[in-house]
Amino acid sequence: MNIHARSWPTEGLTRIPYWIYSDRDLYAQEQERIFRGEAWTFLCLEAELPRPNTFRTANLGDMPIVVTRDRDGAIHAFENRCAHRGSLLCLKQRGEAREIVCVYHNWTYDLTGKLTGVAFRRGIGGKGGMPADSRPDQHGPRQLRVETFAGLVFGTASAGVAPLEQYFGPEIAAKIRRVMKAPARLLGGYSQILPGNWKLYMENVKDSYHASLLHMFFTTFRLNRLSQKGGLVVSEDGGNHISYSYTADVAGKEYEQAGMRSAQAGYGLEAPELLRNVDEFGDGIGLQILSVFPGFVLQQIRNCLAVRRVVPQGLDRTELAWTCFGFVDDDDTMTELRMRQSNLIGPSGLISMEDGAATGFVQRGIRGAGGGESVVEMGGSGTSSEESRVSEAAVRGFWKAYRRHMGI
Amino acid sequence: MTDVTAIERQLAVHDLNARYVEAIDEGRFEDWPEFFAEKGIYRVTTAENAEQGLPLAMIYATSRAMLRDRVRALREANIYEAQRYRHILGPARIEPANDGSLRAATSFMVARIMHTGETALFATGRYLDRIVLTGETAHFAEKAVILDSRQVDTLLAIPL
Repeated sequence: MNIHARSWPTEGLTRIPYWIYSDRDLYAQEQERIFRGEAWTFLCLEAELPRPNTFRTANLGDMPIVVTRDRDGAIHAFENRCAHRGSLLCLKQRGEAREIVCVYHNWTYDLTGKLTGVAFRRGIGGKGGMPADSRPDQHGPRQLRVETFAGLVFGTASAGVAPLEQYFGPEIAAKIRRVMKAPARLLGGYSQILPGNWKLYMENVKDSYHASLLHMFFTTFRLNRLSQKGGLVVSEDGGNHISYSYTADVAGKEYEQAGMRSAQAGYGLEAPELLRNVDEFGDGIGLQILSVFPGFVLQQIRNCLAVRRVVPQGLDRTELAWTCFGFVDDDDTMTELRMRQSNLIGPSGLISMEDGAATGFVQRGIRGAGGGESVVEMGGSGTSSEESRVSEAAVRGFWKAYRRHMGI
Repeated sequence: MTDVTAIERQLAVHDLNARYVEAIDEGRFEDWPEFFAEKGIYRVTTAENAEQGLPLAMIYATSRAMLRDRVRALREANIYEAQRYRHILGPARIEPANDGSLRAATSFMVARIMHTGETALFATGRYLDRIVLTGETAHFAEKAVILDSRQVDTLLAIPL
């Protein structure tokens, strides 16, 4: 159904209509209005393009993208589509190249995405080839506007959207800089295929209320501190958020003690070294989850740092691409610490595996509920920042931004 | 180890592999850490990370105690729908190492059977193992599970 034939519940942001996750036509409209619209999409870390003449592939929603670092070190992004017949240009996830050659008919591009050669353009022996007035370059892959910020590469198809830092807002920009404090060192990545609509995952990320309820790992092992101070920050436009909490422990000592208690009382981790950590940012914040509309997440869980790309792959299928990193000046001990803490995240993450399933539970649960709506009233009806994380303010913020983009 | 023949090595590894996957497929997760040496390493990663020399793992444990913690988390903390695995292993290629241990490479395919009845191919890859023989008993000093794909469907709760 066309979105204009739909109407949002009169209660406003405290009600989310279930058709928003299951309307087939909406999916295509989101691609146009959000992912290829007035939004910035995270493409990769600068560290993933370590040298001149390197590339990697990414996505702007459905649209396949090539991100490159050219011979002069400048970063470009363009549609991964040949000017000729629309074939993918880059078939590999990443690599090194001085030029990009389409495998189908050998049309050639430089790393800025400019068409530089058409095979047999003048034919062979005066026969065949293209007419002299042909302008194949006018059909070239769509160029993106690219900006980098603190080692993160973002792209947009919009000429009109605000510059990246302005799009983040001052609080979000400051908290990105806080985590990206030094040049990143890539530690690796993987993808999780979520059986749900992309918006369900973004809501999950922004939902600080669910964290201690769904993810029982900390609670079960009595490692959760309900008294931890923290807060929730929602950007002015609603689309970006930060949830953070302070951790009282210094260099893992409290967890060691928890481990000792476990030996005596039968709870806690037998091997508490899993959670050994250092306050590398020097501000006592042990957890910071940050998101940028529509589909970017920057995560600091103790010393486990990752970026997540949320890539819609259809109405009820979403790729969650994780890339973990440390910093170039990490020593082996620090890398080992990050590797151990990585047990907490990803598809096998002791605190994050549930998120993979939770979006699917909603997607399956609402199959017959197209006319119904969910209730999002924790923390009231607003979208402003607050100290309590028992709040759905950031979820409402997401819908505020979504409705503005979609005109609904 | 020098007095162990090639055939005896083959049988020991074959037996260890068979008992290992049977314990997982039958849901005897509490037995799973016992297949490892006390300070055994268990790592699940992707071929993509391995080929790039990147250290990230989805699961990384460096002792039986860490494996036991993961089992307790699976039993008591983590939320996932009831499911089982069925492992199918290829023949192990075995080479004795200089330190007396064995190196074994074994292909695997794992089907995941959900409580709803849905059965699907869940994972394929290789086990790259270092195995120590103590008398008649074989243990994994290290087990690297190298997934062929970078994608995992929904979640990876039960170990591979």
